[in-house]
Amino acid sequence: MGSHRDLPAGMVNHIFTNSGVSSFTEFVGAYAPDLLPGRNETLAAPVGDRIPHATTIVAATCAGGVVMAGDRRATSGNIISQRDMEKVFRTDEYSCMGIAGAASTGIEMARLYQVELEHYEKMEGRTLSVAGKANRLATMIRGNLGMAMQGLVVVPLFAAYDPEIDGGRIFGYDVGGGPYEQQQYHSIGSGSIFARGSLKKLYRENASPEEVVLTLIHALYDAADDDSATGGPDVTRKIWPVVAQITADGFHRLSDEAVGVHVQTVLDKRMSSPDGPVAPLR
Amino acid sequence: MPFGYVSPEQQMRDKADYARKGIARGRSVVVLQYEHGILFVAPNPSRALHKISEIYDKIGFAAVGRYNEFEALRLGGIRYADINGYNYARDDVTARGLANLYAQNLGQIFTESMKPFEVEIVVAEVGDSSDEDHIYRLTFDGSVFDETGLVAMGGQAEAVAARLKERYREGLSLAEALEAALFALTEPGGERPPADQLEVAVLDRNRTHRRFLRLNGPRLERLLTESVEPPAAPAPAPEQDAPPTAPEGDIDTGSDA
Repeated sequence: MGSHRDLPAGMVNHIFTNSGVSSFTEFVGAYAPDLLPGRNETLAAPVGDRIPHATTIVAATCAGGVVMAGDRRATSGNIISQRDMEKVFRTDEYSCMGIAGAASTGIEMARLYQVELEHYEKMEGRTLSVAGKANRLATMIRGNLGMAMQGLVVVPLFAAYDPEIDGGRIFGYDVGGGPYEQQQYHSIGSGSIFARGSLKKLYRENASPEEVVLTLIHALYDAADDDSATGGPDVTRKIWPVVAQITADGFHRLSDEAVGVHVQTVLDKRMSSPDGPVAPLR
Repeated sequence: MPFGYVSPEQQMRDKADYARKGIARGRSVVVLQYEHGILFVAPNPSRALHKISEIYDKIGFAAVGRYNEFEALRLGGIRYADINGYNYARDDVTARGLANLYAQNLGQIFTESMKPFEVEIVVAEVGDSSDEDHIYRLTFDGSVFDETGLVAMGGQAEAVAARLKERYREGLSLAEALEAALFALTEPGGERPPADQLEVAVLDRNRTHRRFLRLNGPRLERLLTESVEPPAAPAPAPEQDAPPTAPEGDIDTGSDA
């Protein structure tokens, strides 16, 4: 895209004369840098436990796509600060991200990332490749490293449908960026070690999206079972995990009713075997 | 009076004439309301250079005139919309705000620079009902016209608008609206542009998140055949499958290359 430097002198508004990168983040960085996350002044002391933290996100590929699910609990230290938090965000028609860690920074990052992808698409007339999207998110996390050192750590999990392979792809990150592409399944957050153990036993290659939804709900149940910061299904308040499914048909967030049915299946099974399904030994 | 003096009135007239001539050279674009939103139609043989584009969730853009000039306006509009939606909330981005920004810039360029922009643009926003739709037409000098129902601009704009008025009424179905647009864009006795030479998009109020949808390929062809079939006399309520609220096949929410 060429520079618009030859525009008439009257047209000094940056919105029009900015010489045309298609990145929203770079544009905001030049136009109104204070709007960017991670540009705040560093804090005197780590704020760690005082702000809400989001916990466990799980994702696994299914036949023709990928499914991501997140529990609903946000904690500040030992306090449960929110019971119905959303941690899985639609980032564009074919991708989503889940956040674990400092909720405030995570939500801000998800919002910015969503605009970033959409902005590129509108400016360029094409969507970014999956690798392009994953790398873009890595750059944002790297930009937040300073805040991460102050206790505002946020680690996302990124999942997308890739038309090239007609299947789902999952990317994990560390606080320094990444991205690390994960085969089959991945989990982040404080309950992730338990969730990952569960996924390892329950994951089946090329399972249908429905089966993968069940697998993920089992994994979240196991995470909540052993991690105090991860919320299990809230039966009395009817608060279920957020489940998002991405296939060739695009992003689809399952309705509460649909997730409720799956949760009930899992709960029923757990009534008789509290530790969940058993994988065959041989 | 110094040699070569040109009065401000004369300068403005000259610039306006110049801009009008530039715009009149191009093809027309029509924008009209239909049952479920706003339809944009432009004869445009290029598959990569768009005259119609998405600006934001509920806001579309159509332009005629000089490509590099309205492309700069389009990109600026997207920046404006994205930064405001990010800074405040997505619902705070309105076509009115965008039209004001364009008016400011076009007006300033028209008065201050040697050469005015040779463009005419439409900024349209789809609301929850047709009463809440907004269609703003902006001319090269920064004038804003708040339009209802239909707009035609570009070469032969007046003749096109007259033909469009013949066929337009409130609450047209998508196929009927497309038919009206094509009737208006075709000179009497002329040949209709084929589907691959048409740029068609809608702002469909029944869609979620991003209402803008480009119609092309098989979906456009189906709509075109549907629209040329003469409506049977006691119209057996054309089993109007709901307009494309969900993408079929390739999802194309934005502008594709």
